[in-house]
Amino acid sequence: MSSTFTLDAKIPAGPIEGKWNSWLDAHRLVGPRNRASHTVIVVGTGLAGASAAASLAAQGYRVKSFCFQDSARRAHSIAAQGGINAAKDYANEGDSIRRLFVDTIRGGDFRAREANVWRLAELSANIVDQAVAQGVPFNREYGGQLATRSFGGVLVQRTFYSRGQTGQQLLLGAYSALQHQVASGNAKIYNRHEMLDVVTVDGEARGIIARNLVTGELERHAADAVVLASGGYTNVYYLSTNAMNSNVTAAWRAHKRGALMANPCYTQIHPTCIPQSGEYQSKLTLMSESLRNDGRVWVPRRGRDSRPPAQIPEAERYYFLEERYPAFGNLVPRDVASRAAKIVCDEGLGVGGTGRGVYLDFRDAIDTVGRATVQGKYGNLFDMYHRITAEDPYETPMMIYPAPHYAMGGLWVDYELQTTIDGLFAVGEANFSDHGANRLGASAMMQCLADGYFIVPHTVTNHIARRGGIVDDRHEAFERTEQEVQDRIARLINVNGTTAPQVIHRELGNVMLDKCGMSRTAEGLTEAIERIHQIRDEFWNDVRVDGRADELNQSLELAGRVADFIELAEVMCLDALKREESAGGHFREEHQTPDGEALRDDDRFASVTAWEYGGEGGMPVAHEEPLEFENVKLATRSYK
Amino acid sequence: MNFTLQIWRQDRPGDSGRYETIEAHEIDAEASFLEMLDQVNERLIAQGSRAVAFDSDCREGICGACSLTIDGLPHGPQQVTTCQTYMRDFRDGQTIRVEPFRNNAFPVMRDLVTDRGALDRIIQSGGYISTSTGPQPEPNAMPVSPEVQTTAMDAAICIGCGACVAACPNGAAMLFTGAKVTHLNSLPQGQAERGDRVRSMVHQMDAEGFGGCTNFGECSLACPQEISIDVIGTLNREYRKAVRDEKKASKKMVAQ
Ligand SMILES: Cc1cc2nc3c(=O)[nH]c(=O)nc-3n(C[C@H](O)[C@H](O)[C@H](O)COP(=O)(O)OP(=O)(O)OC[C@H]3O[C@@H](n4cnc5c(N)ncnc54)[C@H](O)[C@@H]3O)c2cc1C
Ligand code: SF4
Ligand code: FES
Repeated sequence: MSSTFTLDAKIPAGPIEGKWNSWLDAHRLVGPRNRASHTVIVVGTGLAGASAAASLAAQGYRVKSFCFQDSARRAHSIAAQGGINAAKDYANEGDSIRRLFVDTIRGGDFRAREANVWRLAELSANIVDQAVAQGVPFNREYGGQLATRSFGGVLVQRTFYSRGQTGQQLLLGAYSALQHQVASGNAKIYNRHEMLDVVTVDGEARGIIARNLVTGELERHAADAVVLASGGYTNVYYLSTNAMNSNVTAAWRAHKRGALMANPCYTQIHPTCIPQSGEYQSKLTLMSESLRNDGRVWVPRRGRDSRPPAQIPEAERYYFLEERYPAFGNLVPRDVASRAAKIVCDEGLGVGGTGRGVYLDFRDAIDTVGRATVQGKYGNLFDMYHRITAEDPYETPMMIYPAPHYAMGGLWVDYELQTTIDGLFAVGEANFSDHGANRLGASAMMQCLADGYFIVPHTVTNHIARRGGIVDDRHEAFERTEQEVQDRIARLINVNGTTAPQVIHRELGNVMLDKCGMSRTAEGLTEAIERIHQIRDEFWNDVRVDGRADELNQSLELAGRVADFIELAEVMCLDALKREESAGGHFREEHQTPDGEALRDDDRFASVTAWEYGGEGGMPVAHEEPLEFENVKLATRSYK
Repeated sequence: MNFTLQIWRQDRPGDSGRYETIEAHEIDAEASFLEMLDQVNERLIAQGSRAVAFDSDCREGICGACSLTIDGLPHGPQQVTTCQTYMRDFRDGQTIRVEPFRNNAFPVMRDLVTDRGALDRIIQSGGYISTSTGPQPEPNAMPVSPEVQTTAMDAAICIGCGACVAACPNGAAMLFTGAKVTHLNSLPQGQAERGDRVRSMVHQMDAEGFGGCTNFGECSLACPQEISIDVIGTLNREYRKAVRDEKKASKKMVAQ
């Protein structure tokens, strides 16, 4: 399949500080009285989707908002814990937009687009202001001022938080803004609806096909523009910190209609999660990274040391992060911390039943600042840990191990957050935009809300002003797409095999974690692709979907999602194979420094790889978007 | 561990349901209640039977999706969400009754899945601060003392699960509504709409068919977020004041 387009990121000319303003000054507008005649579909009610839907509705567009949960408030974003970054410099440390920008570019290992990241840093302060105006109860200092703390990978305190439930509070802020718009008649929420396809007419997105998850009916929804805010794809690993139902289907269906998938191999494995304990396990629980502010990470110097941790003397403890990275210590970025934990466990120093765990110890923090202070900061996290493991972290160190957490890769978007399908936008974790090869803590929520509140409302307006126009949902394209969705559902049900979809999902996850997880090799990836083909065949020959299509049917929902994960997995491996370097979360064992650090190859790979769908049974086609670094000097990351 | 489950089965909304007895064998004590059901479902599917439908998503106690009544108790024996209930909390060999949250305002969609949209509609009626996206004042220009922040946050952590409603003999949604009113009405940003907010939220609560509070206190005991029953006191106070203020205001209008 030959490619028909070149990737144009549409980055405005001029110095980086002025790019966004000059874009705003020049974009086309839609008059307030005309807006009500335009419909915008927003798929997803997480931070990105809820903020986009609320903002577009407040501008006066008719907004149709979709989520598969029973309520918009339950989107996966609700689980985010630690906080959100903003360059406000309340702590008077000399923080600035430029510093946040530089940290994000460096943290992403020089694989993100400068112009987008600058804009993100520029908008960060407005997000906190917006949230406070909505009534988000951020933590406060004694004088009533907003409190901040520091997060992995940075040396300033720019993270705002609501105890350990920042995502919940920010999401409820956006959700309540959206409910306000529902009350005012501008927005309508379609909960328990799953988007199963994008409808395109002459290459432009004109609507979606969604399945009503209660009745099983397929519905056609037409619009002037479609915004995907459907979250990340980390559940391709089966076990991850994501909510169980998070999936790639919305993005993948769009991909098959012409939206390119960028850097799918960039996934983040989060260092501080509760280790897996059994085969039946359905998800991995994250312990907020903020714990690394006060907790010290270590393993016994001697392998399989059977003494209880408290009895292991100081000299026999290996504080491997502090020793390897004296400048950042326990606060190195996630990819660095995760790999370091993997290495010590590979060396046989790991703790816990499976040997895949390291200690996160609060003994010293409790000794210096006292139990009450530690409790004030982390009480709910300690309780959660206690509840899950039945161990008390005030008394004995926590045990942690890295777990799949976040997808930096996603739908390719230009500066306007538009995919390669005209009129189809992608925001939040669903796009690939700002985090390069590794995301820094507390910056996902920042990106979701910058996209949703402050960017996409303007870029959608620009699109509608230039190209808007609705196509009747009786148009032949709706007819045809609905039929294709129907056929696919029938195909899933008709396999009528013997294996539950979750069993096949688990198999896929094991392969991906092993071969395309924290470290990767050409050999392993090639093997993985073969295994994925076998899993795909097994799926289409032996999956069993119980029940019918015209009713609430969770197996059918899952089967559709697993089928898409299988296809995504292959492209992730191809992408990881193609990128013959190590960058951020993508670590190729063939490419490392003598002391085991990631080794980039800027001459060959300072670029984004965006994959074009190759058609049924065909090979995907890779396109490159070169990355220019004009405002930060390309340099090796060092946290030593 | 082994368990005998008596599970509520219902094919569609409005159907008359039934209890079905299903054996759950060889379950790890460290598995959560929902992971136990996952295993049951995996086996049911492999046997060619129909899996049990239930809601869940985050599996860590924050999204509020999971909503089972276990042996008559919303979310089960501990004061945590269903997803944070572990099989180690049950006896080996125990018979466990598993039902959806029971309330007229939460119709059953299928098996253990209910429609809790009524809670969303209460929020729509006023559970927000009417501000739209755009330039906002500098937050530190409006200080909020840590005490006020704590009061607001203690209420704002409600996960919207509806266990309070399911636990209440009257089927009241006062804890849920009171939590939102306490959160917003205690913050400086929430003052402008203070009266309107509580009036319309209470009216919506009634319109949805939720019952009234007669101080049983079951809601707070079932609440996985341990929302204090004080929020109901706040709700009542705020409501009385709002109704009084409204009367005064309408008198003034007439006088003018
Ligand atoms: C445990 C945890 C802790 C975290 N902590 C932090 C933190 O402290 N700071 C930080 O910055 N980030 C954090 N993150 C990351 C951050 O939470 C996520 O990246 C972010 O919330 C993603 O938001 P989103 O809006 O893009 O998507 P999501 O919140 O995942 O929402 C996706 C939405 O899309 C809908 N959807 C998806 N597919 C379809 C479909 N086919 N049809 C209809 N609807 C669909 C879903 O229903 C849902 O409403 C954390 C993540 C996890 C897992
Ligand atoms: S008040 Fe408690 S029980 Fe009621 S919905 Fe909120 S979290 Fe659930
Ligand atoms: S599944 Fe989210 S609270 Fe239980």
